[in-house]
Amino acid sequence: MSNRLRALALGLVGATAMAAPAFAVDLDVTCRCVIGGVNSATAEWIENSVIPAFEAANPGVNVRLNQFGGEDAQLTQQLALDFSTGAGPDVSAFDGFLIPSFVEGGLLKSLDEVAGAEVNDWSGWDALSEGSRALMLYDGKYYGIPLGTDVRMIHTRKDILAEAGIDADTWQPTSWEELLDAARAIKAIKPDSFPLQINAGVAMGEATTMQGYWLLLLGTGESVIDENGKFIVESQGILDTLNLYKTVYVDEKLGDQRAQLLADGRNRSFANFRDGVTALLLEGDYFYRSVTPEGSEFAVANRDEVQGWAKVPAQEPGKGIRGQDFVTISGGTGFVLNPNTDSPAEAWAFLSFMNEPEQLSAFQALQPRITARTDVEIPDSPFLTETSQTLLPLTTARPNDPNYNAVSSEIQRMTEAVVSGELSPEEAMAQYKASVTAIVGADNVVSLL
Amino acid sequence: MTTEPITTEAKKVRNFSLLSNRAGAAFLTPAGLLVSVFVIVPFFWVIFVSFTNRTLLGRTALNPEFVGLANYLALFDPATFFQRGQFGFSLILTTQFVLASALIGQALLGLLLAWLIQTVPPWIKRLTETFVIAAWILPEVVIGFAWFAFLDRDAGTLNMMLNAIGLPSGDFLLDQPFWVIVVFNTWRGAAFSMMLFNSAFSSIPPSYFQAADVAGATSWQKFRDIAVPLIRGHIVTNLILITMWTFNTFTPFLLTNGGPSYRTELVSIYNYRVAFQDFQFGKGAAVGVIMMLINLAFALVYLSIGRKKKAPGT
Repeated sequence: MSNRLRALALGLVGATAMAAPAFAVDLDVTCRCVIGGVNSATAEWIENSVIPAFEAANPGVNVRLNQFGGEDAQLTQQLALDFSTGAGPDVSAFDGFLIPSFVEGGLLKSLDEVAGAEVNDWSGWDALSEGSRALMLYDGKYYGIPLGTDVRMIHTRKDILAEAGIDADTWQPTSWEELLDAARAIKAIKPDSFPLQINAGVAMGEATTMQGYWLLLLGTGESVIDENGKFIVESQGILDTLNLYKTVYVDEKLGDQRAQLLADGRNRSFANFRDGVTALLLEGDYFYRSVTPEGSEFAVANRDEVQGWAKVPAQEPGKGIRGQDFVTISGGTGFVLNPNTDSPAEAWAFLSFMNEPEQLSAFQALQPRITARTDVEIPDSPFLTETSQTLLPLTTARPNDPNYNAVSSEIQRMTEAVVSGELSPEEAMAQYKASVTAIVGADNVVSLL
Repeated sequence: MTTEPITTEAKKVRNFSLLSNRAGAAFLTPAGLLVSVFVIVPFFWVIFVSFTNRTLLGRTALNPEFVGLANYLALFDPATFFQRGQFGFSLILTTQFVLASALIGQALLGLLLAWLIQTVPPWIKRLTETFVIAAWILPEVVIGFAWFAFLDRDAGTLNMMLNAIGLPSGDFLLDQPFWVIVVFNTWRGAAFSMMLFNSAFSSIPPSYFQAADVAGATSWQKFRDIAVPLIRGHIVTNLILITMWTFNTFTPFLLTNGGPSYRTELVSIYNYRVAFQDFQFGKGAAVGVIMMLINLAFALVYLSIGRKKKAPGT
């Protein structure tokens, strides 16, 4: 009897030992998303829609979502160190602008290199819009599947503009001076407020470069690199941009200097907008989609009535990049595969599954956004329709350069030095020149002065 | 008769061992391997990397080049040396930090506390020791967060207390970040100095103080003329130890992130930023090597004092 039991037990142990490795596969997915916190809709979508549907369609694959609650730069740091040591999640959310530096550093491999040639047979590639294809592309290879793109604008508090005697529905500054005038008018009636938010400083990371510096620099007709791909380290445009920062944060206190300097500054700037301390805030459509909707931490009460938007003006009409009157810039996020994943086939299956129209439609139901795929319908969202139709034709992209990330950090330092009052714009630019030259080499920089 | 066995025994003792040399070496090998893999190899690896332009991201990650002393020259470049966020600035900042928080703050406060609790009733002595040591043994992340919450401008405990007695709020972490980390490190480390001086004072024969009492000496005179001269060796040891610890401390990062605008970027935080936030491994390794050399200098001073102290006695 006991012998028979023992045999049975041994048999069971043997069978499960054989079966487990053959069938059960665990996949880890990471995104900077937390249910009830930052990018809540993304987390809800993956947790409640993608994972259950994928597990139902692929028995034996267990998918787990790691909800990363830190800052963007901290996730980048974590992924870079994880990927360099062969660790990390199998599938991860990823900002497209980081791809060149990761690829050149050997920390990312193209999708077909990780998961095999069948990647190229995926039906979804043809459905990507022309512009979004570039988001996860480097040297002609796909390193991930783009989820969507974005545009940047001035978000306005119409109720506060109205208090200052400005017609909020038609307000559209056509120059920096008009933007400053609106901020001054609000400051005049609310001396304790900080009407204007243009991101600056190290703590906000890429949000400083994208939502602040770029939007101003493009308005001077310049970019971070010239047409030959060399980094511009000295120019009138950089000086004008830094001087505007100085006007806003140091000379006239139109913006909240503390929010640029403290570690949780970006959240403080969101809270300022929610509380009516800030009336004009430069951000992406992300701010509307994900930061201020009802139920989120920075929800703006009565949002449909009080929150509006305007285009970011060039320094002077016609002085923007390509001679434009208004400027904007786009980035894009998506998901990548860990180059060292133990289960490349399953990881690719998950990545492509979540980018099928069925799952993307489920995402749109949670949070409408500009999609990368043309065959996914955007639910009726007047804000998204208006902004994307107006701004996508004006947009610009960041350089696809492996040094961009490091140069971007120097841009953040340069703005911080100015808004803290530590350095004059000229001194800050001199420091920027020295630092960028050290990163990319003297052959790859150019002075326009 | 009696001498012979003793000499043979002495010889035996000299050669006595439980294992043969070969077996001993075999038993030492695992430990030796661990030490070399985790201590010696990284030590030389860091020195090697500091002569390259290796990074974690970008082209130089896979194909680092040998750049000679370029990383060191960049750190000591006179054009940028004293700028905020550069190596020289954080080195000077760290020196000020060590002077203010370790040598003046911790050592003086520890000495004062140790002296004062010599004369108080035992229960006050025990209570003081408990609180001071609690500040020392709490995990760094816990106290870092506690101090951050304590000093917050809008909802911090300190500002609530100030407001309660009619004083205005302060924006301490932003306006006075350097003094915040100085006070913090003094608070954090005074316990060690206090305990060390406390045991040093206990080693002084009580009769010295009793004789001074008979002569009518004040507490200050006893402190200056009896206590301090007798524990001079302890003081030097303590100063060198806390200097080394404070020089290498990373905990202020939890309070200020090294900011705002690099105003609290000590060399350890600078090293972390360069290596693990900017991912410039080569330059970060060079900073590490320089820190290692500075620590080595401290350690040599410490060891030579220890040797001098022993010399007269032997």
